[in-house]
Amino acid sequence: MKPVMEIKKLTVDFGGLRAVDHLDLDVKEREILALIGPNGAGKTTLFNCITGIYAPSEGSVFISPPGGGTGTINGLTPNIITRKGITRTFQNIRLFPNMTVLENVMIGRHCRTRARIAGAVFRGKATEREEKATVEHSYHILEKIGISQYVNEFAGNLPYGAQRLLEIARALATEPFLLLLDEPAAGMNPQETGVLDALISKIRDEENIAILLIEHDMRLVMSISDRIAVMDYGKKIAEGTPEEIRNNPVVIKAYLGEEFVA
Amino acid sequence: MEYFIQLFLGGLTRGSIYALIALGYTMVYGIIELINFAHGEIYTIGAFTALITASVLTLYGFNEISILILASLVAVIYSSAYGFTIEKIAYKPLRHAPRLSPLISAIGMSVFLQNYVLLAQTSDFLPFPGLVPEFQFMKKYEHIFSSTELMIFLTTSVVMIILTLVIKFTKIGKAMRATAQDRKMAMLVGVDVNRIVSITFIIGSALAAIGGVLIASHIGQINFYIGFIAGIKAFTAAVLGGIGSIPGAVLGGFILGWTESFATGYVSSDYEDVFAFALLVLILIFRPAGILGKSKAQKV
Amino acid sequence: MRKLSEIKKSFLASIWFMFLTFPIMVIRVNPIEKVVEWRWRNMVFVGVGSFILSFVWRYMIRQKESGLKKNRADDRHKTPFIQRVREERRLFIPLIAVLSVLGVSFPFIFSAYQVNIMTTALMYVVLGLGLNIVVGLAGLLDLGYVAFYAVGAYTYGLLNHHFGLGFWAVLPAGAFMGALFGILLGFPVLRLRGDYLAIVTLGFGEIIRLVLENWNDFSFGPSGIANIDRPSFFGAQLSLQNATVYIYFLMIAIALFTVFVVNRLQNSRIGRAWVALREDEIACEAMGIDKTKTKLSAFALGATWAGMMGVLFAAKTTFINPASFTFLESAIILSIVVLGGMGSITGVIIGAFVLILLPEYLRAFSEYRMLLFGAILVIMMVFRPQGIISNVRRTYKFAGINISGEQSK
Ligand SMILES: Nc1ncnc2c1ncn2[C@@H]1O[C@H](COP(=O)(O)OP(=O)(O)OP(=O)(O)O)[C@@H](O)[C@H]1O
Ligand SMILES: [Mg+2]
Repeated sequence: MKPVMEIKKLTVDFGGLRAVDHLDLDVKEREILALIGPNGAGKTTLFNCITGIYAPSEGSVFISPPGGGTGTINGLTPNIITRKGITRTFQNIRLFPNMTVLENVMIGRHCRTRARIAGAVFRGKATEREEKATVEHSYHILEKIGISQYVNEFAGNLPYGAQRLLEIARALATEPFLLLLDEPAAGMNPQETGVLDALISKIRDEENIAILLIEHDMRLVMSISDRIAVMDYGKKIAEGTPEEIRNNPVVIKAYLGEEFVA
Repeated sequence: MEYFIQLFLGGLTRGSIYALIALGYTMVYGIIELINFAHGEIYTIGAFTALITASVLTLYGFNEISILILASLVAVIYSSAYGFTIEKIAYKPLRHAPRLSPLISAIGMSVFLQNYVLLAQTSDFLPFPGLVPEFQFMKKYEHIFSSTELMIFLTTSVVMIILTLVIKFTKIGKAMRATAQDRKMAMLVGVDVNRIVSITFIIGSALAAIGGVLIASHIGQINFYIGFIAGIKAFTAAVLGGIGSIPGAVLGGFILGWTESFATGYVSSDYEDVFAFALLVLILIFRPAGILGKSKAQKV
Repeated sequence: MRKLSEIKKSFLASIWFMFLTFPIMVIRVNPIEKVVEWRWRNMVFVGVGSFILSFVWRYMIRQKESGLKKNRADDRHKTPFIQRVREERRLFIPLIAVLSVLGVSFPFIFSAYQVNIMTTALMYVVLGLGLNIVVGLAGLLDLGYVAFYAVGAYTYGLLNHHFGLGFWAVLPAGAFMGALFGILLGFPVLRLRGDYLAIVTLGFGEIIRLVLENWNDFSFGPSGIANIDRPSFFGAQLSLQNATVYIYFLMIAIALFTVFVVNRLQNSRIGRAWVALREDEIACEAMGIDKTKTKLSAFALGATWAGMMGVLFAAKTTFINPASFTFLESAIILSIVVLGGMGSITGVIIGAFVLILLPEYLRAFSEYRMLLFGAILVIMMVFRPQGIISNVRRTYKFAGINISGEQSK
């Protein structure tokens, strides 16, 4: 399988702190790649760098979307990167709390639609059609994610688990080829995590997209990942199948400290 | 050359006043990230309080020096009291509100206080007595640097040195710096953040009052609107130097003072205020972090 | 016991405010005649007033805090009154009918003076709705809004003075100039953070006013431009009386047009992007929205409306000078938006009528007008930041399921 994204020697510095350190990572077509590592390892920073929120001090990110348009995405703004097909969710939920659930998803459709001010005011045929399609598409996504019962609620009023799912729904609305999930199970109860587990696999299968997933919940990670990459102090310290990672002494050391390594 | 020196010294005087007021902006911003829009009005209130006190004391036949000292003291006390109260009413309830809420509240406070002074006093310009005595040894240089100007420069220098020492070495100063750096952490290690915020407002307001008294006796007249313009200019100075940074505010004050002084002296005096506003706009566009400020990446 | 401590608190507040307001409220000096006037009565007012207000204040703070603790969802489930009225046809249609009859017959019942006031109120409705796009929807605090108003007014004033161009010819030009200035000023500053943006726009607003004040050759300085033509009626000049009525109806038309446009924008692709930007800039960008473009469109559109109203203002008063375009004017328009409710059309309309008509009709208020506006900004932010009418988002119905408030508990 060919990679859809290749990260080469990516480095991010905050003053004296090197949050990501010469990291290489490939994400292949239709795979679920989990990124794990202790707190502060630099996982979220990596996401921020891929999505254009931070600029890397070194290294590059190269994409080859299935639909064409290969090239590096260094230096592009976040909105352009999203338009190119990489979308993310946020570790600290960042929904639009005073907009309805449906509207949150409709915002995701923004970069795939075109109506402008004049269109909005005169509301011609094309605009009407596009608006209707946006509503239907967005609702369809909500149904697929399983939170369609909340359509007209304000996003800020949703239960925590539903908010996490809404983040995924909103991201899917942008039609990505690569979805970055930052701790989607954080704060969920075991039952909700179970639902999420099935959902992530379903998204991969139905949408045919690659998923890069940061997660601390090891049960979830082990059950759905095709591959796992491990970060510590900004460096990638291991990479492999769940089986390999489980038995890798370097990983165990990073997580549990020296004395646990047999 | 003499004209140049005159403009230079004029800029120095203006600059030190701007610096004095800018310190209030910068300290408050450093601690609660709020542009205290009503800070200029604190300065107006300081000037008015001083004028009122001085007039009453003159009526009762006090001598010049005691009037100067008492009027300044009363102005400082009242400005501080206003600063303290404003924070409690308009900002404290909004500590956790979205960023723009306290700013809008501050704008409201500014408009309110401006009109409060206007209604309770007058819309006309009031002549302000020259509270600073004429120094004998300054007679020779009178045409380029007056006694009042010397007084302004000396007072602001002394005040700024004291402030720097307070912030560097006292317990309160340390708590202030800690709060500015990370409010949550400061709270966790036992800093009473509400108290620190109050103290910051009080110190900033006291400085504004001193500025108000000095500039009023320099220019010789005041009205309810002086604080608004001076406030925006001082804010410009704070941003210029890098908001949140105390040496920055001082540096910004002097740069603005000189810019204004030379621009009005050599270009055109009609556009005095335009230069300040233009400087504000330019600095915010090209270097929003200011000269001494550091730009921080927002955590996501 | 609790009562006693409450009284004690209010008493202390009362003492504190009497102390605080003592020099400024009680003493008034006349430095020229060297007399001091002691107004002890004011101190009594302050004492009693702050004693009572202190109770109210603490009561409202408590209300707010308990409201926060209560489930927020609960609060939002209640459909707001205005929305209920709008959805309930039996209420909505008669209401509109009554308002139309009132609106149409107003100039024939009331004097020209009253009509003028009403026209002014309508102008503020439109200005408020224009600023609402920028502040309410897109969340960009624009403190220099009045600059674009000035641009429109001077566009008409100057074109009329030098070339004799009429109102109708200049109206689109004024709107265009507003938009142009909006884009020119907005482009460099819109990437700034919210509070800096506010100050920069304030700076721009003041620069434009100061330039108008000092550039005598261009703008005639502080003396301004007089004898600007009133709008013509299909080429015919009207008498003063008729012109007043004419401008009134013109204003009604513009206000309706504005409501129509803003309402459509609000629930469009662009309008949603504005609101999303207000809610969370980073998430917004991460969802593929071009931050700069979206901000610029809101900023420029708001400016367009201000430019248009500037032309109308010049035509209505026939005289303009820089004094009409101070920061306080921006503050008034901002108060309207804040009082009404950021993002809410109905709210802004109500806000404008309340804030403009109240001081006109209650003479006692007029002197305290700006004091009131300042206080409103503070009080609304502290107690009801969403305004009297909170922002209502459009709901959608889907076949097969029943989407109403009840089922999503
Ligand atoms: N904007 C920033 N400025 C300065 N330092 C930052 C910034 N963002 C992150 N860091 C630092 O970079 C390091 C990596 O942080 P990051 O959030 O990427 O960790 P993480 O692996 O996502 O951890 P967690 O599992 O807790 O989410 C941390 O030490 C963090 O404090
Ligand atoms: Mg993280």
